[in-house]
Amino acid sequence: MEPRIIGTSVPRKEGRDKVTGAARYVDDISFPGMIHGLTVRSPAPRGRIVNMHFDSGIPWPDFTIVTAKDIPGKNCVMLLIDDQPALADGFVNHPEEPVLLLAHPDKYLLEEARRAVRIEIEPSAGVFTIADSLARREIIWGLDNIFKSFRVEKGDVDSAWSSAAFIVEGEYETGAQEQLYIEPQGIIAQAGPAEGVTVWGSLQCPYYVHKALLPLFGLPKDRIRIVQTETGGGFGGKEEYPSMIAAHAALLAWKSGKPVKMIYDRAEDMVATTKRHPSRTIHRTGVTRDGKLLAMEIDFTIDGGAYQTLSPVVLSRGTIHAAGPYECPNVRIKSRAIATNAPPHGAFRGFGAPQSVFALERHLDRIAHVIGLSPEELRRRNFIRKGQTLAVHQVVREQVDLAGLMDRAFELCEYHAKRERFTHENLHAFVKRGIGFASFLHGAGFTGSGEEYLASEAALEVTCEGRVRVFAGSTEMGQGTNTVFSQIAAETLGLGCDQIEIAQPDTARVPNSGPTVASRTTMIVGKLVETSARAVQKSLLDSGLLKSNYTPAEFNAACAAYINVHGPLQSLTKYQHPCDLHWDDERYQGDAYGAYAWAVYVAEVSVDTRTAEVHVDDFVAVQEVGKVINPILAAGQIEGGVAQGIGFALYENCVWQQGRMINGQMTNYIMPTSMDIPPIRVFFEEIPYERGPAGAKGIGELPLDGTAPAIANAIAQATGADIRRIPITPEVLLEILESVHV
Amino acid sequence: MSEPAGKISVHCTVNGRALILETYPMARLLDVLREQARLTGTKEGCGEGECGACAIEIDGALVNSCLVPALQAEGTKIRTIEGVATENQLHGVQQAFLTHGGAQCGICTPGMILAAINLLARNPHPTDSEIREGLAGNLCRCTGYTKILASVVEACRAAQQATEPRP
Repeated sequence: MEPRIIGTSVPRKEGRDKVTGAARYVDDISFPGMIHGLTVRSPAPRGRIVNMHFDSGIPWPDFTIVTAKDIPGKNCVMLLIDDQPALADGFVNHPEEPVLLLAHPDKYLLEEARRAVRIEIEPSAGVFTIADSLARREIIWGLDNIFKSFRVEKGDVDSAWSSAAFIVEGEYETGAQEQLYIEPQGIIAQAGPAEGVTVWGSLQCPYYVHKALLPLFGLPKDRIRIVQTETGGGFGGKEEYPSMIAAHAALLAWKSGKPVKMIYDRAEDMVATTKRHPSRTIHRTGVTRDGKLLAMEIDFTIDGGAYQTLSPVVLSRGTIHAAGPYECPNVRIKSRAIATNAPPHGAFRGFGAPQSVFALERHLDRIAHVIGLSPEELRRRNFIRKGQTLAVHQVVREQVDLAGLMDRAFELCEYHAKRERFTHENLHAFVKRGIGFASFLHGAGFTGSGEEYLASEAALEVTCEGRVRVFAGSTEMGQGTNTVFSQIAAETLGLGCDQIEIAQPDTARVPNSGPTVASRTTMIVGKLVETSARAVQKSLLDSGLLKSNYTPAEFNAACAAYINVHGPLQSLTKYQHPCDLHWDDERYQGDAYGAYAWAVYVAEVSVDTRTAEVHVDDFVAVQEVGKVINPILAAGQIEGGVAQGIGFALYENCVWQQGRMINGQMTNYIMPTSMDIPPIRVFFEEIPYERGPAGAKGIGELPLDGTAPAIANAIAQATGADIRRIPITPEVLLEILESVHV
Repeated sequence: MSEPAGKISVHCTVNGRALILETYPMARLLDVLREQARLTGTKEGCGEGECGACAIEIDGALVNSCLVPALQAEGTKIRTIEGVATENQLHGVQQAFLTHGGAQCGICTPGMILAAINLLARNPHPTDSEIREGLAGNLCRCTGYTKILASVVEACRAAQQATEPRP
């Protein structure tokens, strides 16, 4: 049967509230008796807390003051491990580390009080760069500053070098990037020994916060409740950090006995919360005379900041994506996440892959140059095909046609004609133009056995009026969860989207569907919604109360009759890991992801060689993502991701001083405006993925991977500049241009 | 920052309703609207006039309300996002944002819609680059601006169609 709703651009489910200003974000909510909370932070990157001074002139007895000593349970923000304290106790490991909490009904007085607390630190030497951390200039974490390391081996790299006609080496770097959701982080908490802890907030993963608060308060699971409020963008930035703010707000609420609201202002949000991990990648690649990849040796390092947080998982994805969508018989990838005395770096859309893909796609253009092939011909000769194996030994079972995607992308932007024309015109122009591309893949869902361990659940129930309610822990943060789940349920049940309700994510009401991350919500949790809907439908049909080819009115009547006779009608589906997907955590080999999205992105740029300013003039994004459930939402995901990728490539520069970001404002940390973004032209190839809901795969993170290298390759084509690191600010580019005498 | 000076009464019209706001003269109009008038559709994104999430109209001019002291509102007519739709009828720009994907997370949307309406009041038929320029003071992290532009173009087209006499 032809889908009616899947594949159509149903308007955003909560869109009306958003365009009228009626949508309620955390800062729009207040409770009777609510007071405000804030965090006093470490002024130093590393050292012993000697004293905390409270200056006179502030009515301190009116304030609720919380330190590590007030924590009822264990002082940690539990994530993968428990190394990060909720409040520093005696020692600080990064600038802006939370040390003390204050709450008061008057937020203006609270701000004055913040400035009247002085944390005295006896400084210790810190480590602030990847090189210094690897050199163990100081040991600041564990025995060796290393949070996690991986090693991937395919074939025999060491024996392959001697048969290579060319060996090309290169080192590449990417900078930290701020997620810069426009709604700053914020939480409201209510807590007490009798009632337990309830948290409302702007967050991606209610069950992460739940897990973090359990040991902090030492309460049973059912006494901690997390509710997601409308969330104004996340992009990974609200994956793990909200657990920290929830801990703080809840501790203040616990001590004061009042609801406490903590809303970060932009400056605090930028200097204190997570960013994309800075990275360094070293490539050594052996190529045959006819341009076949023979050996790839990749050394990938990310800077995790002061605590482990999610760095091992970010490292994992970055490692697996480091060798790209290419067939190469001999691959070795060694990777590690290291500690520095900066605030922990964390989840950001793409999750390690944008870093390693940037390095690879720049490196391939450089290889092409060295061996005298065009960048497209080099890739064409090495694209992975169905039946071949990726670096982690995963046999590609899905249909994949990267050459076809590349041809389509090139045709859409007249790549060949432009490349030739620009080369000619650039000879005598100050403003030089260039066109470049990147080809890449992005795995959807948790890596390896991650989905198996998560064992996510989603449920669906019908009411006697025939209303359908979806219960999932997956959050809406702008990407379209509500709408996509409605479409999947409506399509399956033969109803309209208006008949579907999506329950607010609330750990007291919804099952744990796993975190809303990793391009997994549509593909993994959407499938659970589809399966639950099918089960409910089957119950109605099997009961004889509903006949096939029913109308919505007949469905409603059948629901009423069913509930009348049998009681509530609901279905909960738990993720079942496909038995033909195998992952070996020891050897880091196997089916890393259930499915991949495949893409070729082309960027056209102009570079003013007098000012070294770059503008992206046109952008074509072609990708195969399985069945597209909602074309407008899907294109919106790609367009927004490309814009973030443009920022990553050109503008977004975190300036660090002793582990502290010193440009933590929107005035000096520059994200793209409407003037900086070209027309972004998005095209989908749709090859239905048999295990996705209606054939869909994940797409959320994909656009971050290929955008920056496509732009860097275009700048290289325009100017001859050998781009090795991003962001390519005018200062960086000018230095390179001067060295190539353009 | 505490306000040493006493509170004053600010008389203004907000979304067609006469209001008297009791406030410190230098309080941010953003806070006064959100906390006293309970109009929480106006958002704070940066607090320094960069992002435009707090954009409102004062006497027809688009301003960032985080940079406006409350006393400047005396005697003015203010429009916030809550004053854009009438009864159950969305404004054409709101409808276009809803239909064409102009809103994702929604936090920049109130300011962005007011900026678009303000632009179209001054220039009912803007070119693509005029729209880009007109919205450059409003930052969006979700959309890459592409669907926002499409929404504004569509709102113009729909407005034009509505005013053309039917054959």
